[in-house]
Amino acid sequence: MNSPRTAWLFLAPALLVLGVFFVLPVIAALALSLTDYDLYALANIHNLRFVGLHNYWLLLQRPLFWSALGNTFYFVAVGVPLSISASLGTALLLNSPLARMKPFYRTVLFAPVVTTAVAVAVIWRYLFNTKYGLVNYGLAELGLHPVDWLGDPHWAMPTIIAFAVWKNFGYNMIIFLAGLQAIPPELYEAARIDGATAPRQFWHITLPMLKPTMVMVIVLTVAGYFQLFAEPYVMTEGGPLQSTVSVLYLMYEDGFKWWNLGVASAVAFLLFGIIFVITMLLLRLSRRGAPA
Amino acid sequence: MTPRLARWLVNGSLLGCAAIALLPLLWMLSVSFMAPGAASSLPPPLLPAHPTLGNYRELFAHAGMGGYLLNSLLISSAIALFALVCNLMAGYAFAKLRFTGRERLFQGLIGALVIPAQVAMLPLFLLLKYVRLVNSYAGVIVPGMATIFGIYLVRQYARGVPDELLEAARIDGAGEWRIFVQIVLPLLKPIMVTLTVFTFLAAWNDFMWPLIVLTGQEHNTLPLALASLAREHSEDSELMMAGSVVTVLPVIALFLAMQRYYLEGLLLGSVKG
Repeated sequence: MNSPRTAWLFLAPALLVLGVFFVLPVIAALALSLTDYDLYALANIHNLRFVGLHNYWLLLQRPLFWSALGNTFYFVAVGVPLSISASLGTALLLNSPLARMKPFYRTVLFAPVVTTAVAVAVIWRYLFNTKYGLVNYGLAELGLHPVDWLGDPHWAMPTIIAFAVWKNFGYNMIIFLAGLQAIPPELYEAARIDGATAPRQFWHITLPMLKPTMVMVIVLTVAGYFQLFAEPYVMTEGGPLQSTVSVLYLMYEDGFKWWNLGVASAVAFLLFGIIFVITMLLLRLSRRGAPA
Repeated sequence: MTPRLARWLVNGSLLGCAAIALLPLLWMLSVSFMAPGAASSLPPPLLPAHPTLGNYRELFAHAGMGGYLLNSLLISSAIALFALVCNLMAGYAFAKLRFTGRERLFQGLIGALVIPAQVAMLPLFLLLKYVRLVNSYAGVIVPGMATIFGIYLVRQYARGVPDELLEAARIDGAGEWRIFVQIVLPLLKPIMVTLTVFTFLAAWNDFMWPLIVLTGQEHNTLPLALASLAREHSEDSELMMAGSVVTVLPVIALFLAMQRYYLEGLLLGSVKG
């Protein structure tokens, strides 16, 4: 048996780092969100006042907060299902006994995940350029009108969603692939003998067996997609007409452009609250045995 | 559906998906070798008419790309190294050492994973400003020196180390530190590689925290330099693509070399979550 002291010595460096640079700031953020910390308080701490829930109250009355929230929900509500469908689709293809060169395809399809978001967002900005972009060129070849992808408020968010799906689907693909490989082949064998078609096998064997994986993937992807920031920062700077301002983008601008750290902390906490509630709802839904 | 049609469909779809995944990256590489302005013509050229290294020369000679590359290397390596040490020790303690409150503390850490890291960023900035670490390498590095995910990863792996091995060493009179270094660490080698690759890639690609804490230009990492270049030189697509290549190529190369470890870590960190 080791002595408890040894264990705490082994834990000390990590706990110290996490405590000082994560736990403490999270608690401080809650306190900060109850103050009017701004540029004046940054210069002289005596200008700091406790304002209770005033920041939250103001946020709820601010149109830009609601549109940032709406944009973020739009990104999550459309982006997550698309992303997960792409992951599951490619995982099924890779798992098919008919597929060839599997290791090659797995690597290629995963490659966008490891790339730097900022760098590939820059590529997409040029691919979706209105005048010289390859995408509009392709549309013109098909006889379609060019689209002002990143300059039109109706198209900017869909373009960012397409980018996010391209960048992220490989991650969940690998997880689904492992889930698919863990399904006992006898189940499919038995279904085939009973004359079940491929779609029915997918619906009655694959999906139910994947349910635990699916729940985890949905929860993690939803939480991740709520943290949208780098994509609009690089591709649209929140525009056009603030149609791609996400909650975190708002927090960044409030906090580090206008130095309203109190308000920005309230934004951060509201986002945390939303992610928390949605995660809990998803977990509860999955426990009730609803189809995954 | 005939088997031949099915085979054609599966492989055709895979080829199509692979093309979508790869084409933007190949296009980036191709445009980075084009002469300035060449990409902005109709029809958009797919390959450079007169390949040139001019954009890269421009980046390193005038845009300070070499310095940013070094900054990125330094910061990512430091984070990977510190996080390796902290996470290994803590993960091993959670897996194999006994102390009261072990399970509760671990559950608490896992629970804290639902808190988005950005919640901590505003006070963290003030804290670092107070200790004068804003706009320094250390300001980027210190918050990344331990991660809950890394601790979890090591714990999952270290649970496979047999207790008898550790007990035998203790009976032989070996100290806990010596047991860790001479017996445990060699067994943890695969997860050490995995963790290092994971942390390095995450640190290299990180954007929001460096953007906040690096208020000047001199310590900028590649993603920061690229983002500000994109805002200033948004017309120079060839230059921007060369910058993207410099940023993305190191991580792609690292991933290709370490793919097995990376994907294993990804699964270890999620499937049993």
